[in-house]
Amino acid sequence: MIKSDSKPRQVVRPVITRLLMPYILLFGLYVQFHGDFGPGGGFQAGVIFASGIILYALTFGVARARSLLPPDSLQPLAALGVLLYGAVGVASLFMDGHFLNYSVLSSDPVQGQHLGILLIELGVGITVTAVMVLVFFAFFGRDEEGEV
Amino acid sequence: MTLNMLLSHLPALQVVVPLLAAPLCALLRPRHLAWAVATLTSWVCLLISLTLVAQVQAGGTLRYTFGGWPSPWGIEYVVDLLGAYVLLIVSLIAALVLPYARRSVEREIDPEHHSLFYTALLLCLCGLLGIVITGDAFNLFVFLEISSLSTYTLISFGRDRRALTASYQYLIMGTIGATFFLIGVGLLYVLTGTLNMADLAERIVPLAESRTLHTAFAFILVGVSLKLALFPLHLWLPNAYAHAPSVVSAFIASTATKVAVYVVVRFIFSLFGYRFAFDQMQLDWVLLPLAIIGIFTASVVAVFQENVKRMLAYSSLAQIGYMMLGISLDSVTGLTASLLHLFNHALMKGALFMALGAVFYRIGSVQLGQMAGLGRQMPWTLGAVVAGGLSLIGVPLTVGFISKWYLILAVIEQGWWILAALVLVTSLIALVYMWRVVETSYFQPRPAGAVIAGEAPLSLIAPTWLLVLANLYFGIDTGFTIDLAGSAAAALIGGEP
Repeated sequence: MIKSDSKPRQVVRPVITRLLMPYILLFGLYVQFHGDFGPGGGFQAGVIFASGIILYALTFGVARARSLLPPDSLQPLAALGVLLYGAVGVASLFMDGHFLNYSVLSSDPVQGQHLGILLIELGVGITVTAVMVLVFFAFFGRDEEGEV
Repeated sequence: MTLNMLLSHLPALQVVVPLLAAPLCALLRPRHLAWAVATLTSWVCLLISLTLVAQVQAGGTLRYTFGGWPSPWGIEYVVDLLGAYVLLIVSLIAALVLPYARRSVEREIDPEHHSLFYTALLLCLCGLLGIVITGDAFNLFVFLEISSLSTYTLISFGRDRRALTASYQYLIMGTIGATFFLIGVGLLYVLTGTLNMADLAERIVPLAESRTLHTAFAFILVGVSLKLALFPLHLWLPNAYAHAPSVVSAFIASTATKVAVYVVVRFIFSLFGYRFAFDQMQLDWVLLPLAIIGIFTASVVAVFQENVKRMLAYSSLAQIGYMMLGISLDSVTGLTASLLHLFNHALMKGALFMALGAVFYRIGSVQLGQMAGLGRQMPWTLGAVVAGGLSLIGVPLTVGFISKWYLILAVIEQGWWILAALVLVTSLIALVYMWRVVETSYFQPRPAGAVIAGEAPLSLIAPTWLLVLANLYFGIDTGFTIDLAGSAAAALIGGEP
């Protein structure tokens, strides 16, 4: 751990973080939305996305990361992801299919499968990102205001 | 969506309803709203379970495939008699524990955690129901983890800081158990290339000599035995039950171990086949001694406990021993006795732990010494303890008697008179430890300076007494339970390929 007073001497880490972070987040989104064509999916994407935010927290301090993503908003996000997943399943129930049968979601079954898996993986991605960051914050302690 | 269609989706809804209600609870900040959602969910679950029992009794086993993928490839939910019966136990207890939870949770848990507490409780319910209903071995592991992880959280909500160590201890043991189970399932998958239980059951028949299969059997059995706290893998249980919040003790004591027993029954009888388990793997030589030692030692240890919740936890270990004893007898009567005891033990332990929760609500402790003289001040609560205790001992006209009766019948059927005597002796030990509670609370004066405890509020007493009355009702009119348990047992043993 580097004390906060040594911050001015830190050059490499902030620069590299600023350079890499957009690509990490972008790659997270790529893995998220490319998951139905190639390797990837919501879980991996969520972990990559969260690792970008964790890198930010390690470089610029947990306090700034907390103001970027307040834990109070992460908890509902974690719940919303699961609800999105479930809602797709319930929607397919109402459209005369079995639970999570994506084919009925659209008039064209292939389209339906695409739409279904995209939404489901989005739900997974949101929840995994939120939970990963929450776990990271939790390990840093609830009340700590100081920097890394 | 018409009613008929809704009815055809019930197996999925049984799990989906609590699964979706759980995140909803987490979003609801007003704690009474979270409680209301959770309670409503538990009642819907009970309604679904009752309908499923009726559907299975009328039309045989229900199968539900997920996502429209046909069964050996996709995940399939299967509700047979055994499944419907255990689903009913779990959702019945949940439906009674949740109305009880509001006042008890207000007293025992920080207000800011209430929403999350109900979220965890619903996830636990979802996991337990999922374990029972799924027809897929890996899916079962997933639900096992859902229920276990939420249980660790629930236990750590306990007011006492020791709840954290208890929860951690359970986390380590439970994770080892789940890992063992997963290794076993992995080996089965390597061996057969399938995870669907019905498909597995067919594919492993020619592989009976395979070492891999034997190893898988051992891993799965040891893993689940950790979860159901079979002696000597029980060390996590007494602390977990004793330090958890009252609501959690009542809920998990009457459901979690029952579901683990269900998993053992499911794997031995539906998947591996009981001829493989008992003739080839000689399972009875392992289970029977462990069950007997478990019954005896846990009963004796229970006598010396000062914390009444811990005493009941040890008593639960003994009851688990009775269930495993019934299974290891390898007969329809024995299995019937075990399945019967699943239901009956849920009723008695639910009633006892809920009554103790009411005691804790009033005097903030369940130490035996603190309960002296409470009988007059909390007549209904202590009345429930006495009634639950009678059922635990196995006095006629209670469900406990019915369980013991069938167990002894099954033991005598094998000609093991000594075992029958042992069951009677351990019932007498139950009398000893329950009598200590009765003696202290009724025949000793209230210690000087102790708070004068009034009767617990109605919302605690009513669900407790509903369970007590169920103890009596199902002890007199045994038709429903014996019919279900008996035909489930017959189907499991008769349905062997």
